[in-house]
Amino acid sequence: MSVMKRVSMMFRAKANKALDRMEDPRETLDYSYQTQLELLQKVRRGVADVATSRKRVELQINQLQQSSDKLDRQARDALGVGREDLARDALTRKAGVQGQLGDLNTQYQSLQAEEEKLTGASQRLQAKVDAFRTRKETIKATYTAAEAQTRINEAFTGISEEMGDVGLAIQRAEDKTAQMQARAGAIDELMASGALDDMVSGPHDDIQAELDRLGAGHDVDAELARMKGELSQGGAPKQIEGTEHADGASAAGAAGAVNDGQPTQASPADQPQAGDGA
Amino acid sequence: MIVRILGEGQLRVDDTATTELNELDAKLEATVERNDESGFRPALEELLGRVRAIGRPVEPGSLEPSELILPAEGATMDEVRQLLSGDGLIPG
Repeated sequence: MSVMKRVSMMFRAKANKALDRMEDPRETLDYSYQTQLELLQKVRRGVADVATSRKRVELQINQLQQSSDKLDRQARDALGVGREDLARDALTRKAGVQGQLGDLNTQYQSLQAEEEKLTGASQRLQAKVDAFRTRKETIKATYTAAEAQTRINEAFTGISEEMGDVGLAIQRAEDKTAQMQARAGAIDELMASGALDDMVSGPHDDIQAELDRLGAGHDVDAELARMKGELSQGGAPKQIEGTEHADGASAAGAAGAVNDGQPTQASPADQPQAGDGA
Repeated sequence: MIVRILGEGQLRVDDTATTELNELDAKLEATVERNDESGFRPALEELLGRVRAIGRPVEPGSLEPSELILPAEGATMDEVRQLLSGDGLIPG
């Protein structure tokens, strides 16, 4: 027999078994409605769980992306100062981070798809539960117990199939979320233990330290050259002295103007202004 | 008739399509029987694609059971086997 037909029979068998357990039709209706509401709650929780998991992966993706960008910048800086060995180091680490990123992105997409599916399932179930509630009230009000039985069976079988489908969707989403959480947890642990840190930037970000050192050396050389230039012109010491005088005078002048002879309040009043400007 | 694709909901399909769908279904069943993992996925996708193409969504408030139920997109052969065996894969 065909796959489609057999699966459908499995669902019906399940519904019939549940129906057989009920003795009073009204009990069937009310009990089933309760179960439906519980399942609705469960599927909504499922949607929230998948969303939480997705957001966590999103955060990790952002962190890894930042690391990757930083390593890229470092590689460029290193090349800029002629240190190909450092650049190679940074790019090797970046490749490792990119590998993790690729994995995470795939899983992120699969979680997103799962979230959409579960949201759809939740909406479909909601519509059927609403319909069932209306049907339930009509059956209770209009039909005798004997007549009601057939109608109850129809409604019950229909909604039971939807519930089975939603139940499967929840299971699938739970499996995916559990896998994802295990993976996200492993990456968090790697980050916490510093192992991923090693890959991202080295234990003490040795690449950055080396770049800083090269950068600082460069600045010192430039400053030395400038000072030598100034000294050779012979006017440098006077220029420094003059600058200091000018600064002191203008600061005193400004304080006097603003505070009108009350220098104790001058600095609190000036500080916020300086802060705003900065 | 009403056909359900697990995870997607119910679709109303014209009865005249029964023969065509049965043929696609037989192909799918054959892959499961000979444990043909590589043939299984395309066969499932073909069947699902056909049902989606000719089906119209059933109104959301309908409580009609489906005549045929299809495995979800992306279902593994193992999951389909479990569905068929009825070993408690269907919750409820």
